[in-house]
Amino acid sequence: MTSKKKPPKIYSFFRQLGEAGLLLGKTLKSLFKKPWEKEIFFQQLEEIGVRSLPVVSITAAFGGLVFGLQMYVAFHRYIGPGTEVYGGAVISLGLTKELIPILVGIMVAGRVGSAMAAEIGTMKITEQVDALYTLGADSISYLVVPRMLACIIMLPCLTFYGDIIGTTGGFLYNLIMGVNKYIYIRNTLLYLEVWDVVTGLIKAVFFGGIIAIIGCCKGLEAEGGAEGVGKAANRAVVIASISILIVNFFLSKALPGNLG
Amino acid sequence: MIRIVGLHKSFGTNRVLKGLNLHVKKGETMVIIGQSGCGKSVLIKHMIGLLKPDKGEIFVDGVNINEIKEEDSLKIRCKFGMLFQNSALFDSLTVSQNVSFGLERYTNFSSEKIQCIVTESLNRVGLKGVESLMPSELSGGMRKRVGLARAIAYNPEVILYDEPSTGIDPIRADAINELINIMKEEMKITSVVITHDMVSAYKVADRIAMLYDGKIIETGNASFIKQSKNLVVQQFIHGCAEGPIEDW
Repeated sequence: MTSKKKPPKIYSFFRQLGEAGLLLGKTLKSLFKKPWEKEIFFQQLEEIGVRSLPVVSITAAFGGLVFGLQMYVAFHRYIGPGTEVYGGAVISLGLTKELIPILVGIMVAGRVGSAMAAEIGTMKITEQVDALYTLGADSISYLVVPRMLACIIMLPCLTFYGDIIGTTGGFLYNLIMGVNKYIYIRNTLLYLEVWDVVTGLIKAVFFGGIIAIIGCCKGLEAEGGAEGVGKAANRAVVIASISILIVNFFLSKALPGNLG
Repeated sequence: MIRIVGLHKSFGTNRVLKGLNLHVKKGETMVIIGQSGCGKSVLIKHMIGLLKPDKGEIFVDGVNINEIKEEDSLKIRCKFGMLFQNSALFDSLTVSQNVSFGLERYTNFSSEKIQCIVTESLNRVGLKGVESLMPSELSGGMRKRVGLARAIAYNPEVILYDEPSTGIDPIRADAINELINIMKEEMKITSVVITHDMVSAYKVADRIAMLYDGKIIETGNASFIKQSKNLVVQQFIHGCAEGPIEDW
């Protein structure tokens, strides 16, 4: 007897990305369909944005502190004592362009993406998604569109907030270590460009879309009972987090270093 | 009203419906009986367009629902109300918001009128003062009633009942059966009821159809079904473990 060979996990990952891509297509098609679900949209803005503030605050603060610490050590050890004042620009650049968008994206994927998959998955297995259809609502317009729009709007806001907290964290560490605050700030403002911050915010828009689409897609695919919902939530976090890291690399490559 | 011709549906290698034919007349209550997992719910989900057939046609008032455009499907959907097996009330909405959900999408009524219809629909199923409660605060029987109020609120022509008496005690089940009969008499609604509870079937049916092995094997009124010569029908309606149905 020959048993069927299971396809490698990487195939399953790309198949799931493909399904998310199809859902994205349907969502974009439904974007301007009426009625517009205002109430759910505002609820999601609050859920994704306001309620993520504590998580983003802690993550960005400690991300900034540890990045500040490592930059201080690096400048002190490899370039020489006294050069730590030049760390401000590197810290701000690294945080706003790379670290904060990724940290915020992954934290929100864990908090919001899993919640979306669990909520929609529960609705699917209890036939609430079918009920939407019978009552004249389109499940994409009702469930996916408001979540995606809210995520796309709130992720850049959270990232910008994280940028402020993170760079402040990096600055505070260097301040505690006795770095001259005036030169540190002057160097930061001299070398950090608005475009560097904007690059991070553009990435956050993409990450927001990824979190919402994958969360909703996994929820709508949920089958069985509580186990199916659990798996959907778990997959939503894993796939969204991996996708964020992959997409971040390509965006970093594609987005110009400066606008000049 | 509803005519199904040669309906086939498979899920993977599992062939659920194998060329099923059925005709539901306007104003009648058609009860579909059959074993658990034989495809009864799959059948009614095809009637409302929740599932697409692999092969076969479904006509609602002469219109083939699989050939209409997406924009026109709303006109067909608003002819149907559906009571789901576990009520499928929206957890995040109040009873009032659940009942008004279809009204807000199928009609252009003012919010005052919608509120009046919500209260009237809830009264019709014997519920008063529950508008502001959340579904989690309701008992199983009350959830079924709210589900029914939601299904009748926008005045559909057909109501599909998916196992209306499952999961509730016999007294509440009988109350639901009474409501099904009241809907038919007062609102002249066509009903399709899925059940394996023969007490309910005999109480509400104008005609009963038995689904077995992906096809309708017997159709007739309650006394015809009781006297059926088909051994599968006899085994099912008497609830015997011994007989031609072995795959239980």
